[in-house]
Amino acid sequence: MKLELRGMSKRFGPVSANDNISLTVNSGEVVGLLGENGAGKSTLMNLLYGLYQADSGEILLDDKQVSFKGPGDAMAAGIGMVHQHFMLIPVFTVAENVILGNEPTGKFGALDLAEARKLVREISDRFGFNVDPDAVVEDLPVGVQQRVEIIKALVRDAKVLVLDEPTAVLTPQETDELMDIMRQLANEGTSIVFITHKLREVKAVCDRIVVIRGGKVVDTASPEASTEELASLMVGRAVDLSVDKSEAKPGDTILSVKDLTVIDERNQRVLDDVSFDLHAGEILAIAGVQGNGQTELADTLLGLRTPASGVITLNGEDITVDPVRKVLDKGVGFIPEDRKKDGLVGEFSIEENFMLNGYHQAPWVKGLTIDQAARKTRSDELIKEFDVRTPSEKTLVKNLSGGNQQKVVVARELSRDLSVLIAAQPTRGVDVGSIEFIHEQIVAARDRGIPVIIISTELDEVYALADRIAVMYRGRIVGVVPPTIAREELGKLMAGITEGVAA
Amino acid sequence: MILKEILSTGATRVAAAIIMGFVIGSLFIFFSAEDFIDGVASGDAGAAVAGGLGAIGAGYEALFRGAIFNARADTLIEGFKPLTETIRFAGPLIAAGLGISLGFRVGLFNIGGNGQMMFGILWGTYVSTRMDLPFGIHVLVAVLATILGSAALGAFVGYLKARTGAHEVIVTIMLNYISIYLFTWFIRSPELLQDPTAGGTPKSDPPAVTAQLPELFAGTYKVHAGVFLVAFAVWFYWWLMERSSIGYRFRMVGHNPHAARTSGINVERTYIAAMFASAALIGIGAAHQSLGIQVGYTESIHASIGFDGITVALLGGGNAIGILFAGLLFGAFKAGGPQMQVIGVSSEVLGIIQGAIVLFIAAPPLIRAIFRLPALKETPGLEKLRSRILKREVTK
Amino acid sequence: MSDTRIEVTPGMFSLAERKVSWKSTIVMAAFTLFVFFFFGIFGKDQPVTYKITADDARFVLPALDTMSNTVGIVAGILLAVMTVVAAIWVSRKQDVPLWWVIIFGAVALFAFLGWLAAGSVVPIAFLLGNALILAVPIIFGGLSGVMSERVGVVNISIEAQLIAGAFVGAVVGTLTGNLYVALIAAMIAGSLLGMVLAVFAVRYLADQIIVGVVLNVLVIGITNFLFSQWLANDSDSTNFPGTFPIISLPLLSDLPVLGPVLFENRLTVFGVFLAVPLLWWVLFRSKLGLRARSVGEYPLAADTVGIDVGRTRFWWVSLGGLLAGFGGAALTIGNVGAFGKEMTAGQGFIALAVVILGRWHPIYMSAAALLFGFSIILRVWANQVSPGIPTDFILMVPYLVTIIAVVGFVGKVRAPAADGQPYLKE
Repeated sequence: MKLELRGMSKRFGPVSANDNISLTVNSGEVVGLLGENGAGKSTLMNLLYGLYQADSGEILLDDKQVSFKGPGDAMAAGIGMVHQHFMLIPVFTVAENVILGNEPTGKFGALDLAEARKLVREISDRFGFNVDPDAVVEDLPVGVQQRVEIIKALVRDAKVLVLDEPTAVLTPQETDELMDIMRQLANEGTSIVFITHKLREVKAVCDRIVVIRGGKVVDTASPEASTEELASLMVGRAVDLSVDKSEAKPGDTILSVKDLTVIDERNQRVLDDVSFDLHAGEILAIAGVQGNGQTELADTLLGLRTPASGVITLNGEDITVDPVRKVLDKGVGFIPEDRKKDGLVGEFSIEENFMLNGYHQAPWVKGLTIDQAARKTRSDELIKEFDVRTPSEKTLVKNLSGGNQQKVVVARELSRDLSVLIAAQPTRGVDVGSIEFIHEQIVAARDRGIPVIIISTELDEVYALADRIAVMYRGRIVGVVPPTIAREELGKLMAGITEGVAA
Repeated sequence: MILKEILSTGATRVAAAIIMGFVIGSLFIFFSAEDFIDGVASGDAGAAVAGGLGAIGAGYEALFRGAIFNARADTLIEGFKPLTETIRFAGPLIAAGLGISLGFRVGLFNIGGNGQMMFGILWGTYVSTRMDLPFGIHVLVAVLATILGSAALGAFVGYLKARTGAHEVIVTIMLNYISIYLFTWFIRSPELLQDPTAGGTPKSDPPAVTAQLPELFAGTYKVHAGVFLVAFAVWFYWWLMERSSIGYRFRMVGHNPHAARTSGINVERTYIAAMFASAALIGIGAAHQSLGIQVGYTESIHASIGFDGITVALLGGGNAIGILFAGLLFGAFKAGGPQMQVIGVSSEVLGIIQGAIVLFIAAPPLIRAIFRLPALKETPGLEKLRSRILKREVTK
Repeated sequence: MSDTRIEVTPGMFSLAERKVSWKSTIVMAAFTLFVFFFFGIFGKDQPVTYKITADDARFVLPALDTMSNTVGIVAGILLAVMTVVAAIWVSRKQDVPLWWVIIFGAVALFAFLGWLAAGSVVPIAFLLGNALILAVPIIFGGLSGVMSERVGVVNISIEAQLIAGAFVGAVVGTLTGNLYVALIAAMIAGSLLGMVLAVFAVRYLADQIIVGVVLNVLVIGITNFLFSQWLANDSDSTNFPGTFPIISLPLLSDLPVLGPVLFENRLTVFGVFLAVPLLWWVLFRSKLGLRARSVGEYPLAADTVGIDVGRTRFWWVSLGGLLAGFGGAALTIGNVGAFGKEMTAGQGFIALAVVILGRWHPIYMSAAALLFGFSIILRVWANQVSPGIPTDFILMVPYLVTIIAVVGFVGKVRAPAADGQPYLKE
């Protein structure tokens, strides 16, 4: 089926998310939609899917104009969407999730689960997915959950399949497999839209690449274009994708983790005998696919989780069971993975967020009361130093862009007296300009002697920043390698394959 | 959370809600007026409407007479007595409103005001009727006992929530009943707190003269030293929530307990502390009630203040001055109620007005819809939430 | 194309050793000792009769005559055995099953009843029968809570729905003389309140707990006002509806013990036998139920597959109100007849508690509600048969039980994930 978007525009208040965007995808084509975080890619797809109504523009399927009042219409018309954040009900089974909204029924509206299971198995077998229809979704690894998302779309006979940032949660091997599946579907006539900000992947699988920037289509490139060309189209200026980093000069061991084991509420060993050392003046990157225990590692280091066994030592002191307050006061800086949930209070102003974990200290507090004058002065300093783009220090943080929000978090942590910095997914959902800035800040901290742990699922970031790379798989560290390691080899480690890996 | 929108209520919206509340109440008075019903029964529409409107007029005139100024009084000073009564009734409502509002801002729904009051009054009654202390000390100890007793029950609720995750709405409501029954038992038992002359009825002794909050204008007005307690409570609430470091932590936990935890705050301990503070403020209201009185009292001494405090908190919008005025408004209702009863309008209609006002406050878009009739955006449901997720990608 | 398939196993991580707690065994041991000594060795040395069936039942089972302290001792021994078995299970790392705990509780309760009624009679059929009758409003309130919370709307206003149903049932019943019309009117009243909650929660994005609390305040205020202004002055023509007749289902009501308890009742009680299994089936076996549950768990995901979140929430909450209205009517025209001020006495909140206890499942919720019904009739009967205990403490019993239940169990249950969150929130 041929999909055409003509002149799609959508505003949110003063912001123009999509500005006169036109796009064509022919049957059997894989078209890449490339743009950085915030460029408007997802908005466009939500317009297509009927989640939003466009202010102006047309959607044509096989040259016939259509309009969708909601996702139901879009699905009925043959458009399937694999969302970036999975639209799965965690407590339902795979079969229940796949049929939701399109249920096979018996008498009086009774659910026909046998039919549902059959549907799941059919598609699962066709693509070699190996998914159990009766498995409960929240128990499944993230890569498998994504397959369920795909099955959901295919079960409804999608003729146009949109995949929104699908590779964020996959190992390099799984990414390759996904691309094989995309090609297979395209060969069968499906039109595919592949939304991503990852240059490498978009070149690997697409027939054409449409670049979006600031809500507008900037250009259409061919997959033969170089990554630098694509990057500058995406960002609008020449982009240096590498980080200027001098050789690391690792010093003494500052942080030491030994045999750390953490058991979660479901009795799983989310950290399984983890051990590593961190030295002054080095950046240790923890690589691995989302969901292999990295989040739990960060939480345990901070004191949010208590390990079942093992020891964490900071500058010789045992901090294994220290509460968060003590850990922070001993100089641990923490940039959490989910800034909105754990790192910021959206309803507070920027200056109130700067003191989020310093509410008992100068300059924020004098005695029992907040020192408003000192707080304003310090906040203004930090805003300038860390390039936070905002009209005022009193702006509520929820009104800032993702990149600026992250800069507030970074400013807060890096302005404290740190012994070690833990940064989890520090540039997730952040625009390229802010990414560059944050990377510079992290390297600067390292050069001041502060050891840094970076937890990241973005291999580009890992390669750019790491002095050493530790790979996590299923709660264990399966290898510690230098950043000179080949990508495929690193991918093998991330998938848990340890034999025959050439470092 | 939408609660935050409520807690930063604009003055126009408040005024609109109050008007709407009175409109609803007027409808009830209208349709239940005796003259209206007679008029309908006899088929005389004119008389019915006149009867209904008359009832409304008479009702509100009585309210004014009971709550603000009594034009029928002999002297000017006596004429203003209703106003002082309003202040006297408002005092505990303001205190309770402050306490409940504090809870709201930490994310806690403290529906247990009545029970907390009674538990505090239990201790206060013991001090005021069974202990003998010198003048000045006695009233202070009695007040403190009331406040701390109330706070202790609140802290218990906080502890249960912290330790077991039990939802405070259910626990506080259950404790209301338990606490009141407990108090009743104490004032039913002569060997405990019962007035020996009370016979079979559960009733306490009057508080000792040295334990009473002294009247400020003895003889003319019934207003007593409790107003100073309440004034202090208003200032304290403002200082605590807006200026102190503890209040900052409270607000953080209220907005985002996850971020609070990651920032080093012990959220469970914060809940306990917040419930303690919330119930302590309510305890100030309890002291005002039980120690500003010269006779013995029963288990209904709480006069539903713990519950009415919720409406005060909601109308007050989370800030000290707002709560002060909301308390005065509902205090006026309590002061004027009896006058309305006398002329045949059941004072329960004031409860209806109160409830209606708060219902309108609880739904800002509803008020906007009724009064300013904006074009509500006809966009599919997902839009707003989506733009929140996508705001990262949209605002650049 | 890689040469290794990623292994797909449910769950990512290896599992740690299972930890089974000794908590339940310790509690059982404590109860065993209490029963054995307090009801047994130091129990009352008086005869007690356990009357299993009512005297006028078709099958009259012989009553059990025994001594109160004997019961305590025998029960204590039984409980000790059960505790030991539980200990064996735990030492083998197996969880003590719920049904074992239930039987344990029943035995302890048996001894407690014998102690209370020492010197008198334990009317088992009477207790069970009334437990069911008293549980009816709680069950219907609980159904309202389940329907509402399963789609993600917190319903604190069950109390309001019940009292509205009670009021409307009594008044309409008196005015029209027709109890069936009254029942329908009560259901309509309840559903109207449900609609108000739904509209405020869905369209006006209000905080659901606040709307619930305010609705309670309003409805109690309105019913009190109308009672004082209207019903009290003229009760014969406004507040005298009578009650539904008691119907004896043929054959079924002749079954021993449970026959009359279950099958010789009013229409309002029979409603339970229809409503509870029906809701269970709809919620877990039908298409409607799957969609509703998805809305309560993850409304955004439900929206993306074309489910109308707002409409689903509106209808489920409103229909829940309808059921609560029925339950409220059961209080008046299904039991005592006339309406009294604030006659629900907190049962709406107890309904909330049983919803949580029952893990938002209609059948478990009803079982918990029956427990509460039992606690209510127990306090009434205990007061009559053993007047030594002060009334005030007896009155506390249902509320204490609620707290213990909520405090003890909440940590282990999971509410529908999106419970209480307005969907269009910004």
